Amino acid sequence: MTNFWNSFGIILYATLIYSTPLLYAALGSCFSEVSGVVNIGIEGMMTAGAFTGTVVAYFTGNPWIGFLCGGLAGAFFGMLHAIATVNLGADQTIAGTAINMLGPGIVIMIAKVLFNSTDTIPLTASQKIPKLFSGVFDTTTVFGRFMDNVVANYASTYLVFLAVIVVWFVFYKTRFGLRLRACGEHPQACETLGINVIAMRFACVCISGFLAGLGGACVTMTVSTQFRPISIVGQGFIAIAAVIFGKFRPHGALIGCLLFGFCSGLKVVLGGSSGVNMHLISMIPYVVTVIVLVLFVGKSRVPAANGKPYIKAK
Amino acid sequence: MTKKKGFLDFVSESTFIHILLSIILGFLVGAAFLAVMGLSVGAAYGRLLNSVTSLKGFSYVVVYSVPYIVAGLSVAFSFKTGVFNIGAEGQFVVGSMAAAVVGILCGSLPKPLLIPLCFLAAMAAGALWGIIVGFLKTKWGINEVLSMIMFNWIAFYLSNFIAGIPAIKSEGSAEATKNISSNASMLFSKDFIKSVGLCPTANWGILVAILVMLLVWFIIEKTTLGYELKAVGYNKFAAEYGGINVNRSILTALAISGALGGLAGALQLMGMGSRISIFSSQEGFGFAGIVVALIGVSNPFGVFIAGLFYGALMYGGSKLNLVGAPTQLINVIVGTVVFFIAISVIFRRLKFLKKAPKAPPKPPVSADKKEVQGT
Amino acid sequence: MAKEYVDMNTPVIEMRNIVKKFGDFVANDGINLTVHKGEIHAILGENGAGKSTLMNQLYGLLKPTSGDILVNGKKIEMNNPRDAIDAGIGMVHQHFMLIQPFTVTENIVLGTEPQKGIKLDMATARKNVVEISERYGLSIDPDAKIEDISVGMQQRVEILKALYRGADILILDEPTSSLTPQEIVELIAIMHNLVKDGKSIIIITHKLKEIKESADFCTIIRLGKYIGTVDVDDVDENDLASMMVGRKVSFKVDKQEQTPGEVVLDVKDLHCKDYRDVEIVKGLNLQVRRGEIVGIAGIDGNGQTELVEVITGLRKGVSGQVLVNGVDVFNKPPRFGFEHGVSSIPADRQKHGLVLDFSIEDNLILQNYEEDPFSKKSVLQRDPIFQHATESIENYDIRPPKSEKRPAGTLSGGNQQKVIIAREVQNDKDLLIAVNPTRGLDVGAIEYVHKYIVDQRNKGKAVLLVSFELDEIMSLSDIIDVIFDGQIVSSIPGKEADENTLGLMMAGGGKSQ
Repeated sequence: MTNFWNSFGIILYATLIYSTPLLYAALGSCFSEVSGVVNIGIEGMMTAGAFTGTVVAYFTGNPWIGFLCGGLAGAFFGMLHAIATVNLGADQTIAGTAINMLGPGIVIMIAKVLFNSTDTIPLTASQKIPKLFSGVFDTTTVFGRFMDNVVANYASTYLVFLAVIVVWFVFYKTRFGLRLRACGEHPQACETLGINVIAMRFACVCISGFLAGLGGACVTMTVSTQFRPISIVGQGFIAIAAVIFGKFRPHGALIGCLLFGFCSGLKVVLGGSSGVNMHLISMIPYVVTVIVLVLFVGKSRVPAANGKPYIKAK
Repeated sequence: MTKKKGFLDFVSESTFIHILLSIILGFLVGAAFLAVMGLSVGAAYGRLLNSVTSLKGFSYVVVYSVPYIVAGLSVAFSFKTGVFNIGAEGQFVVGSMAAAVVGILCGSLPKPLLIPLCFLAAMAAGALWGIIVGFLKTKWGINEVLSMIMFNWIAFYLSNFIAGIPAIKSEGSAEATKNISSNASMLFSKDFIKSVGLCPTANWGILVAILVMLLVWFIIEKTTLGYELKAVGYNKFAAEYGGINVNRSILTALAISGALGGLAGALQLMGMGSRISIFSSQEGFGFAGIVVALIGVSNPFGVFIAGLFYGALMYGGSKLNLVGAPTQLINVIVGTVVFFIAISVIFRRLKFLKKAPKAPPKPPVSADKKEVQGT
Repeated sequence: MAKEYVDMNTPVIEMRNIVKKFGDFVANDGINLTVHKGEIHAILGENGAGKSTLMNQLYGLLKPTSGDILVNGKKIEMNNPRDAIDAGIGMVHQHFMLIQPFTVTENIVLGTEPQKGIKLDMATARKNVVEISERYGLSIDPDAKIEDISVGMQQRVEILKALYRGADILILDEPTSSLTPQEIVELIAIMHNLVKDGKSIIIITHKLKEIKESADFCTIIRLGKYIGTVDVDDVDENDLASMMVGRKVSFKVDKQEQTPGEVVLDVKDLHCKDYRDVEIVKGLNLQVRRGEIVGIAGIDGNGQTELVEVITGLRKGVSGQVLVNGVDVFNKPPRFGFEHGVSSIPADRQKHGLVLDFSIEDNLILQNYEEDPFSKKSVLQRDPIFQHATESIENYDIRPPKSEKRPAGTLSGGNQQKVIIAREVQNDKDLLIAVNPTRGLDVGAIEYVHKYIVDQRNKGKAVLLVSFELDEIMSLSDIIDVIFDGQIVSSIPGKEADENTLGLMMAGGGKSQ
């Protein structure tokens, strides 16, 4: 029993650790996709955020300024994507691919200049995003250890769950959300009602970059303490997958990210104990995602105007 | 005046010119970065040019290009048939591993038998990877982009797993497979390489790439199969109405695209790598294929040229650190090129430059209007 | 019209000498329009004459190249619809501007949503919507999703959208194009209610009868040019028609009497479901014989779309038989039906009829690209394909000429339809199904399409015509089958049909046989 609770605690801890950056990025992806702009550049925006977050935290010594700047770096690339796709009507896949090359390319080059290495210098404990409720629980008891694993978590994790609620509220309970969903369904209709589709989509793509940037910063400012070129390897794409999984709804994406995080957590525990090949175990999150999709989720209705450039007649 | 008009018309309408302009702009942005970093633009670009123009350098470029070209053709084929093969990465990985398994386990077979067998195994594995995704899409409506992302990773871990199986794993300490049998290798003979002065990994993979290019062009442009696949890609409703079996077409398109992705993996292995390492992250050949397809605007000949260009940048870029410039410069340049290709509509607008001076009715109004549109 | 509500001293809209150019193309060339308080003003013109362009400028969606727009006597710069809305103008577009997964209430308040703090106040929104719908007698279900309600209700939602924004001037763009005769009567009543209330209405249409029935004044536009404004009381339909087209037009379709031959299409006890999995065709029986045109009259949503989809193999049915020349094509793929004698002109030419990115020559071989001479051993033969296109372009007057290699998407709607007709007629099948074959076409193209449909009948083909234009059904059909609630409720000879009884039967009244 003790073992079970220990393992379970570790799985939940790992779930939260894996899910947090995915969730930020997935929420970002929701903004962009639901407003009608395909954003496969999430990956590049995360990389930019991961680098900028650590570097700013390193130089300022303040993790929160770093975290924020990570978001802003993502937003900068979001803005590039928005200029290309929203203002100039570019093919959204091509522009996103460009962002995925430019983001890592530029930040790693800057890393070379600043540190003469592609890696940044590891953050000290005070430069990292702090853990909440650390040391509150008595880790000598089974229950305490379990609670310590689950509750004593990074502030960014608490923040992201708050963000899910906020984004859900924005999407379904505010004027902005109603309009942003409308823009992804029928931009012409929005235009006839005096809604500025271009401005709405521009804002949404920038927000998506900002959130992806925060997600990237989470990766390098919590468990891992430095940026390396392989810090962001596919999390952006997994976040996009989680959004499709969640049928383009923030709460759906939450389930997608948690499922994926949970399977990754399972991977950590099983990898240590079961004797099954580590690489096979690593497949679990991906295989489970596909199985769950087939069994429970099925077809995901894409917003009607998703991927279609909106070009205003003059 | 008339001559200039003609020139601007030409520039604004030719896709080829747009790509050329994008490439130039890519290098300009790269130069700006170099300048900001206080590095000599001339030295860096000179190094780049030098490293790819010598005979040996060029042979490297060709060798580097082969997998990019074939992966690019795989993605281009998918674009032409209305799917976005973001799964080329996974197909590349399983294709490469399938070729390695055959190349290791059947190593005693003679060259003329073993090499085609490796190709076939790779293409079958890649095609399977494409068909699974196609099946999920046509049977359950699972979004293909989502499942391709998943299957890229499944392929990656599967490859790592297979590489660790005792019969496949290197006997030494290396975290990699054994080397494939020399009978599965596409390398030119050592003497030939030495006498001509080519790079040590010179091989005949480029001939396969040319063949694949011609084949893709032929299928897409000349055959009824290509007609069907394109019809489904452009408008599946009209295609279905016209009597084309849409689901079968989607599966066929993904299978062919996947087979090409797998073949790209085999060509990389049998031409250069000769073994597969256990990686900690994806290598990105498939993603490079997307970039190459985009630069080549999905035209088979364009993709061939784009693949050579990409190979040249990859090889040349690896020499950049000799002059103190970061190799990541290449990603910035290519990223910029792709970005400008995405917004190539701005080149199309060059045409309106000529109209601006001779538009008497209230030019300020139209300028003012642009402001309003932009905000 | 009595013009009892028109206040001729109070012009609410004045458009003066409006010019609108798209590149070198002049869509509006000096158009004038004056609308008064309490007036219903029709704008008449063929498709492509520039009616919608003119209204889009009034609504701020487009900016005039030159010319002035005055609202209530004040010159107004319309930069976007927001300015038009603020000036009291509302527009109901021909293609409804509704967001399918949103509710009626959400659609109506979108853009001017009531809020409580930062939160949307949907309770108030709903209350307001119900209030205004009751005030103007426009019945709607405030909580239904758009994708679940009828076309008629969708239109009422569109009108409410404008009224909710306090519009005093309503622009209705082709408002009757998908309504039944009864719904049209209702709409005209609604319009009269609104002008009684002091609103002004601009109605864009090419239907002459409706102008006579509803409008006070009519402005005619032809090829982007202003032809004139007339008092509707002073003109008859023929006058309006010749002003619109610029020549005398005959609406009569020449059709010789002929005796039909054996049965080609025989649909027996057909059942099928719609996309929501609800049964929509409920035991339908239908026959079409050689040398006759059978017209299906009915309100959209009574199963005619699904019926055609099952016959052409695009939709799987639940049970029944679809015999074509005695062969059952029920639940067979489209190719099977085609091979056994089914050809069709689909309702949505851009979705089902054409691959817009394909060249015209490739579109012309959409069903027979696998046949000799267009391909040999799975290799396309470009010369015969080109040759075929050249002949089709000439014989079917597809414009522009020499357009074999041009993408079909670059053609006008009428010429796109000609490509489809050329293809389907040359397929030379025993059964031709035509669904709304003239939708969105101008008068010249309509005449042309009708001629080809009648030609097919005269050649001894069986023709099944499905159309929401009752005039079209009545002028072409030898037999009119009325479809209601998934069944043919009545079958009458075309000559004996009159609009009122048909309309009644389409609405489910007078169920006979």
